[in-house]
Amino acid sequence: MIAELGVFSMVLSLIVAFVLACLPLAGAQLGIRSWVALARPAAALHCLLSLLSIAILTWCFRAGDFSVLYVAANSHSELPMMYKLTAVWGGHEGSMLLWQVMLACWTLAVAWRSRALPPAFVARVLAVLGWISVGLLLFLLFLSNPFTRLVPAALEGKDLNPLLQDPGMVFHPPLLYMGYVGFAVPFAFALAALISGELGAAWARWSRSWTLAAWGFLTLGILLGSAWAYYVLGWGGWWFWDPVENASFMPWLLGTALLHSLIVTDQRGAFRSWSALLAICAFSLCLLGTFLVRSGVLTSVHAFAVDPGRGLFILCFIVAVVGTSLWLFAWRAAALGQGGGQFGMLSRETLLLVNNVLFSAAALAVLLGTLYPLALDVLSDEKISVGPPYFQAVFLPLVLPAVALMGVGAVARWKLGTWAEIWRRLRAALAWSAVCAVVLVLSNGRLGPRISPATLLGVTLGLWCVLSTLAHAWQRLAPAWREGQGWQRLARQPWGWWGMLMAHAGVGIFVLAVSLADGLESKRETSVAQGETVELAGYRFRFDSLAPAAGPNYDAQRAQFSVRHGNEQWLMYPEKRVFRAQTMGLSQAAIDSGWTRDVFVALGEPLDEAGSRWTVRLQIKPFMDWIWLGTLMMALGAGLSLMDTRFRVARQRLPQRAPKALQERLS
Amino acid sequence: MRFALPLAIFLALAVMLGLGLQRDPRALQTALLNQPAPAIARPLLEDPRQQFDQASLRGQVWLLNVWASWCAPCRQELPLLVEFSRRDQVPVYGLNYKDQPDKARALLRVAGNPYVASAVDADGRTGMDFGIQGVPETFVIDGQGRVRYRHLGPVTAEVWQQKLLPVVKAVQ
Repeated sequence: MIAELGVFSMVLSLIVAFVLACLPLAGAQLGIRSWVALARPAAALHCLLSLLSIAILTWCFRAGDFSVLYVAANSHSELPMMYKLTAVWGGHEGSMLLWQVMLACWTLAVAWRSRALPPAFVARVLAVLGWISVGLLLFLLFLSNPFTRLVPAALEGKDLNPLLQDPGMVFHPPLLYMGYVGFAVPFAFALAALISGELGAAWARWSRSWTLAAWGFLTLGILLGSAWAYYVLGWGGWWFWDPVENASFMPWLLGTALLHSLIVTDQRGAFRSWSALLAICAFSLCLLGTFLVRSGVLTSVHAFAVDPGRGLFILCFIVAVVGTSLWLFAWRAAALGQGGGQFGMLSRETLLLVNNVLFSAAALAVLLGTLYPLALDVLSDEKISVGPPYFQAVFLPLVLPAVALMGVGAVARWKLGTWAEIWRRLRAALAWSAVCAVVLVLSNGRLGPRISPATLLGVTLGLWCVLSTLAHAWQRLAPAWREGQGWQRLARQPWGWWGMLMAHAGVGIFVLAVSLADGLESKRETSVAQGETVELAGYRFRFDSLAPAAGPNYDAQRAQFSVRHGNEQWLMYPEKRVFRAQTMGLSQAAIDSGWTRDVFVALGEPLDEAGSRWTVRLQIKPFMDWIWLGTLMMALGAGLSLMDTRFRVARQRLPQRAPKALQERLS
Repeated sequence: MRFALPLAIFLALAVMLGLGLQRDPRALQTALLNQPAPAIARPLLEDPRQQFDQASLRGQVWLLNVWASWCAPCRQELPLLVEFSRRDQVPVYGLNYKDQPDKARALLRVAGNPYVASAVDADGRTGMDFGIQGVPETFVIDGQGRVRYRHLGPVTAEVWQQKLLPVVKAVQ
């Protein structure tokens, strides 16, 4: 009965979404105020009904209702409660439901936070979001209903995929989807602006905060996904250029470009049509990501739903959404996108444009690498896979210059900058980076291990990012400090500026950490018997013993390694787990994290019946944790920028242009 | 006109995705089955002056393992292949796919070398003939030089015991 209520609330939600999609849009076009006024209540009701349906699904999992097919396929009575709740989005149907619920939440957030915008504009934005919801709900109801009954009911569930039974998985999908779906908001803003013809600075300012929020969530989501791959997959890496990873990375790249392009549109009125196109493309890539993961077009390490029928629906949906928006763009942008201030060759506009072009090209390169096997298959019947060598060869040359120019872009003036000024502001940072590079090159191989030129370049680049960001901050604050007004000056800086510093420094730390972690890592795959000692980069690993251990829903072989480095000695316990319900094995690596290095031990396979000899994988990854720190700082930077009053001022100032009578009616 | 360009590109992409949807990603599993294995006329990793001699392998069952030093799962399966091929007396030959020979040789020195010999497929042409979909892959090739089984992904103890070894035994 409860599950039927879930279907019922989804049907109601679909009806409300349809109303939200049609009436406010028509009202805004025809000037019918009562229809326009419908947008906000409809968005709220739609969100409420969507939340109700996912709450009901959660209840089914909590109660262990194995007469629901999706629950039976993804849960188990022995599954710990936390993972029962995670299992709600652990499979295809539930994760699509989560997508839809997130969209409804974003829709409500837009309705709530944009009370000060012109009502007709908000109505158009909400209607566009309503259309996307309609498509998703149709997909859920007809092709992937999470509430489908199983007759007769199963006695026991099949259990959640063991790979997903990890604390990181509790937060990874919701955060990633918050980011994915969040890009629907700038998309809807761009479409509304194209429809109404208000593709100007005001539109860009409204879009900026939403883009920042979505980008921040997407960054956190990718961070958790990557950390999950590192801690759970046990392959010792954190990024594999897997199609599913690429699917989340492409919108991130375009989102980064959009973030910076909107700054120019907001401040200088330029790049209007370009910003609109980026907003459309970023969300299109989010949809494409869903398509790639869900349809089985590309096989991947962790594509967990393979169904051509669903793929066809999502493809039609993408064609409808993206096709319509690009058609709208082709029709309207030529007339609306012109204008904006002139700017010189050396100006912040130019530098941000270069950033945009490089990031878009990088996204395109990743897209090409992801889809090329498919294209080749369709065109010539050959099946190939594109591996990390392609991505590293193509992606890095595009992104590294963008990273190098980051510090310059932040200090360059709008309109027309001069080399002299940029030189004056950055010479200290440049000099220190150069000194570090020279010291590194000269000391290479003498003080420590020999490192490759690529690592040297990465370290120098990372240092340059951090130093140029610090120089920028110093120059803004130092003069006031000398006059004894440092604190006032500090407090008067806008949040957006702090956010920018935080994110840019995060990029620097990330580049630095990636270079060190990948360039200086030591790894070894070998076989080791109990009592034997293996050495790697000054660390001595002794395989002490192996003992059975039992978890709540798995049995494990737990190995004890004593690790010695210098005078330190500690114990590590990698496990080989077998989950009872699915009899699927999973290697749980033991990772000793530290500020300067991660020590990683993973059990491979037993080489004899008694289990006295195992293959093991040992790794020392220097500065691994700093990768997470750098990424976290980027997301935090987005959060800080969101607190900026400029976005709030925009909300207060602009509505006065809207007719008073209309405002009163709506309030 | 230039504003319509994104739409045109997108529509082309959509057509391609639509066609791609008709494809079965695992179709090749059967395409090579019981067919003669494609020729591996490639230099050896151990000694580039020599060619991989496929003809001399006639009359015995052997495994062709496609690997590369840049591929994480390949590194993981190497010690396992060393151990099992010795234990069960199954010769394993390697196809070093799109790799740099120095790195490949370095990996084998550190992780152990399960291969009787490895052919160097630097440009991936031979891999294409075999229809490689991802690295690693393992083929079972019989005494007449025909492909009898193909395994996608890394070889684990289970795969060896339950999939590869039964096929090898049956073909012998």
